[in-house]
Amino acid sequence: MFFVVCLLTVAFLALYWIGNRYTFHHINDVEPPQGIDPPTFAGAFLFGMAMFGTLFLGVVLAIFLTLGAVRGDAERGLLQPLVVRPIGRATLLFARFLGAGAVCVPYVLAVYFTTMVLTGLEGSWWPDRIVTPGLELGAGVLIVAALSLLGSVFLSSIANGIAIFMIFGAGLVAGLLGNIGHALNSHGLVHAAKIAAWAVPFEALYQDALRTITEKTSGLTGFLIRLGPFGGAEQGGLGLRLWAVAYIAIVGAFALAGFARRDL
Amino acid sequence: MPAALAVSGLAKRYGSVEALGGVDLEVREGELVGLLGPNGAGKSTLVKIACGLVRATEGTALVCGARAGSREARAAMGYLAELFRFPGWTSADELLLLHQRLTRSTGGERERSELLELVGLSDARDRRVEAMSKGMQQRLGIAQALVGSPRLLLLDEPTSALDPVGRRTVRTLLEELRRRGVSVLLNSHLLSEVELVCDRVTILLGGQVVAAGVPDELAGPRGVEIETGAGARTYANATRDDIPRLVAELVQNGEQVYGARVLTSTLEEVYVEAVGGETD
Repeated sequence: MFFVVCLLTVAFLALYWIGNRYTFHHINDVEPPQGIDPPTFAGAFLFGMAMFGTLFLGVVLAIFLTLGAVRGDAERGLLQPLVVRPIGRATLLFARFLGAGAVCVPYVLAVYFTTMVLTGLEGSWWPDRIVTPGLELGAGVLIVAALSLLGSVFLSSIANGIAIFMIFGAGLVAGLLGNIGHALNSHGLVHAAKIAAWAVPFEALYQDALRTITEKTSGLTGFLIRLGPFGGAEQGGLGLRLWAVAYIAIVGAFALAGFARRDL
Repeated sequence: MPAALAVSGLAKRYGSVEALGGVDLEVREGELVGLLGPNGAGKSTLVKIACGLVRATEGTALVCGARAGSREARAAMGYLAELFRFPGWTSADELLLLHQRLTRSTGGERERSELLELVGLSDARDRRVEAMSKGMQQRLGIAQALVGSPRLLLLDEPTSALDPVGRRTVRTLLEELRRRGVSVLLNSHLLSEVELVCDRVTILLGGQVVAAGVPDELAGPRGVEIETGAGARTYANATRDDIPRLVAELVQNGEQVYGARVLTSTLEEVYVEAVGGETD
């Protein structure tokens, strides 16, 4: 599995590098609308897409590491020899969460920083914040891992995988809804998108990460960039980060309660 | 000293299905008890409640005096599930090491070597689980259940994947465990195996105990058979003490008597009688 992940990641990074090289080599030949700074626009947009790609890859990894953690492993007979040991179910579930985090967060950070360096070297563009967006993506993947562990208590592996991907898709839709709201200057749509993104805070964290890479960019370039790929940039701030921590705790508590009561 | 396993009025319902309907069972210290019954009788449910995998709807189950499923109870028992799997990438030694850590066993390398020796896997110490046959995995499962020297061993169909030689190995192992004073609850379909090694037997049907006792007592006398010149004659209610009288009567009536023997039922007959001929 890890060989496949590594291979696909290298393929993604290679394609991303080619895309950057092609874009920045031809950027001098284009005539952009007035008020748009081509290198900033191209760099931020490409890196924003790479961040979505990074989040997506991290989410896929998190889901596949956790989708069968409880019911799936119980159905395969992997869980029973461990659960009967005196370590306790809570420890076991927490260990699965930490294990998924220990794989996914470094992976997300590695892909995030690699794409940043590729864009920086090819286009001489660097995000306004270097570390914070990567950490927010990592936190987003941790939220997905927690949701997947919760789902694994009640759902079979396949059903859980489908459910978590649908939730991830719902977050994507929330981001696109926000895009439309911003483009049309619709407060109602923007508000609805914000509520939806906070309901699945990995999306709100991604939007906050998008915002932080261009927080000092203004004018038409800044406006267009903040419409963003796959979900517009939105400020989350400290409140969002606290909510993300609380969200993981709440999801974890539900997962523990469900697991404690589950017959295996 | 409390019983290794004491089950009282144990009931379990899955929705409208009653898996166990008030079962009483005791496994005393150092005792080997066999649990018999057709599929769906509630045997695995009982074992799973005892090791904390399933919660009882009613009744109590105590492992060495501690509530089944509690940390103390889990520390005192070892368990081999009917359907189990170990990660394919671990070696036999690594798997036992993992379970030593989980049980906080201080046995170290010596315990692992002893257990692998006990189940006949010394030569496969470094072999990965995925490269083992089903029978070897089953024996490794038994070794895993014995990590930490549990006082109670719960075995759910431990010989289901074993060939005759493997079954004999397990039988020898069970006898060795009895010698060491380990209590065992053995859930098995193999009546001959249970009859050979178990001190007591409990037969479940439809979640109820339908027969329980020492195998020899359960497999009690079933009459007398006398071989005569006219063929074998069976006296269903007769006992050993009736044989001289019955032979004398036959001889008096002019029949040739060639032999007489007391009929005893096998555990299989007791089982079939207890479950009413119900099959899986």
